[in-house]
Amino acid sequence: MDLDFSPEENAFREEVRKFVTDRLPSHIRHKVMNGIHLERNDHVLWQRTLHQRGWGGVGWPREFGGPGWTPTELYIFEEECAKGGAPRLISFGLKMIAPVLMAFGNPEQQARYLPKIMSAEEWWCQGYSEPGAGSDLASLKTRAVRDGDHYIVNGQKTWTTLGQYADWIFCLVRTDPEAKPQRGISFLLIDMKSPGVTVRPIITLDGAHEVNEVWLEDVRVPVANRIGEENQGWTYAKFLLGHERTNIAGIGIAKRELARLKRIAAAEGRLDDALFAARVAQIEIDLMALEITNLRVLSAEGAHQAPGPEASILKIKGSEIQQAIAELMMQAVGIAALPFHQTGIGPDYADNLAAGYCNLRKLSIFGGSNEIQKNIISQMIMGL
Amino acid sequence: MNFDFTDDQRALADTVRRFVAKDYDFERRRAIRDSAAGWSRAVWQELAELGVLAIGIDEDHGGLGYGPLETGLAMNAFGAALLVEPYLAAAVVAPTLIRRASSTDFQRHWLPRIASGENIVVFAHHDARGDPVRVADGALSGRKTVAAHADCADLLLVSARATDGSTRLFALAPTTPGVTLRSYPTLDGQRAADVQLDQAVATEVGAGDTATDATQAIDAALDIGLAALCAEAVGIMEATVAATVDYLKTRRQFGQPIGRFQALQHRMADMLLHQEQARSMSYLAAMHCANPDQVLRQRTLSAAKVTVGQACRFIAQNAVQLHGGMGMTDELILSHWFKRLTAIEMSFGDTDFHLQRFAAQLSRGARAA
Repeated sequence: MDLDFSPEENAFREEVRKFVTDRLPSHIRHKVMNGIHLERNDHVLWQRTLHQRGWGGVGWPREFGGPGWTPTELYIFEEECAKGGAPRLISFGLKMIAPVLMAFGNPEQQARYLPKIMSAEEWWCQGYSEPGAGSDLASLKTRAVRDGDHYIVNGQKTWTTLGQYADWIFCLVRTDPEAKPQRGISFLLIDMKSPGVTVRPIITLDGAHEVNEVWLEDVRVPVANRIGEENQGWTYAKFLLGHERTNIAGIGIAKRELARLKRIAAAEGRLDDALFAARVAQIEIDLMALEITNLRVLSAEGAHQAPGPEASILKIKGSEIQQAIAELMMQAVGIAALPFHQTGIGPDYADNLAAGYCNLRKLSIFGGSNEIQKNIISQMIMGL
Repeated sequence: MNFDFTDDQRALADTVRRFVAKDYDFERRRAIRDSAAGWSRAVWQELAELGVLAIGIDEDHGGLGYGPLETGLAMNAFGAALLVEPYLAAAVVAPTLIRRASSTDFQRHWLPRIASGENIVVFAHHDARGDPVRVADGALSGRKTVAAHADCADLLLVSARATDGSTRLFALAPTTPGVTLRSYPTLDGQRAADVQLDQAVATEVGAGDTATDATQAIDAALDIGLAALCAEAVGIMEATVAATVDYLKTRRQFGQPIGRFQALQHRMADMLLHQEQARSMSYLAAMHCANPDQVLRQRTLSAAKVTVGQACRFIAQNAVQLHGGMGMTDELILSHWFKRLTAIEMSFGDTDFHLQRFAAQLSRGARAA
């Protein structure tokens, strides 16, 4: 057993750290470090900066233009980016549709879509959830009916994160209503500029416009935009859900936010309050344990062993820790957190703590709610 | 970075696992626990023959020269069997303390005898409230309380406060005039004793070339012991969680196995979460428990004990809950795991102690920054 990174991995960490320090624009770092909402251009600018360095295809193998990192290098990269104040990667393209294209897309589709994901020329969003299909995703109702070389798509997708920026949406649609729920689903790539696509904002409790409804009314989608076989979409969707668990715990983000919590708590004099300090300590301890658990998963991945029970723990504990940090940050400033979308009333750092707390309630809901994760653990791992 | 064990380490763990599977089943343990002594010298000799008493002792003193990881593997394998013999006290803590605190002659005399199982040495540290052990003119007075396995020791190591305020370490045989032992079983079926000292003449350990305040040596030994304790806890958790899963698959109510009910499934998932986080921290504890950087070491060990202690409590309570009435019975080993997990949480500093110790360095860190 050896819990240290190799000299090469440490050198790589230094390289990433230096790159983030040198190349991340300071106005973006300022926003990330202080929990301020990012604009589309902030994300695009950072992605293009990475692309110029040859790191645009984060997590991608070399054959598709990625840097070909090991799971450990990818973990280090994401941790250093997060700690250095870089925006989250735009995951819908990079981490969700790209691996599906690589595994199941045809060469034409790969050549058409992958380069523009890397260069941030095209923004993707995810068309999975529907008003009646959340945790029970396979019950989705959006219909696609074949009409020659096209499908005619009708239905409604929802909780579409940053869909207002998107050029493309990857959608699960029902192509065989007679089959069992999982069997009649196909995986389509839909141009957001197609006639019949309407995006309507959903304002969340933090007052932000982050998610949307996407209405699809008689949208014509070329059959060439289907991934793989008709009615096999569930297979590809499951692949996507099981893919990329390396960073699901968000260790780097949690470390960054914990440091912010400590700064705020120290400024407020709250670390001298034994009860408050113990709550911070509890979070830091949970995070230490989760980091080791995450490294165990990485180590197993590196050795090409199937992920053990640890992998499912990452989502649950990772989201709980990030939520707990946001909650404690808000509590650290007391009533100064209450003015909503205001500046100049309390200390600057208090301005968006309540909104941040509200926003992060999403973490235990999306990407398979924590209750669904517990179903998976108890049923798939423990055999109940 | 890797989390693999070497072939040597795996063989060692297998040795212990085979021993407990074959020679230390629940019935034998029960018989030993219920015997007058409450532990078995025969078992101790079997462990000596297997070499496991020599794991943490260096090769120059008849040991195998292994470290905390190997000790942890043995402790983990002992966990489910609920060994009542004084492994942690006599094969982990005491030899480490002797190694750190005592003169070369003392080491040369005692360590080989510990490795071979010939003698048992135990450290008595906790002072009874209001009657701490003091030293004056080479004689000890006061009372040590709940000293684990002190009743089976051939030699007691005793910490004592000197008139200059320093903490000194002494050795004396339990048969020394002025020493009275009151021994008793503890919650977990193990043994402990209160050691009453009344002008008992003792030899200062490390007298001569290394006589000094023993606080650092004591901390070091307890830290090694704490890491070993964490590894034991994880072994018990594994057994407890596995037994509870089995129970949920076989116990039927309302016409189906109760493991079909989601409320119970989610409880099991939470138990697994605790177990895996505890396992991670037991690894980290093993890697850092001998680190000379005391701040890093204690910070890590406190974090480990908090994680492990909370997991002990959660898994123990919920395993009993999910077993229903059967979980309350003495008949099932489950209730004995419950009691050992409870005792572990309360030993070597409980969760509150370690959470506070960890939290205290937060505000120190903030002030320094």
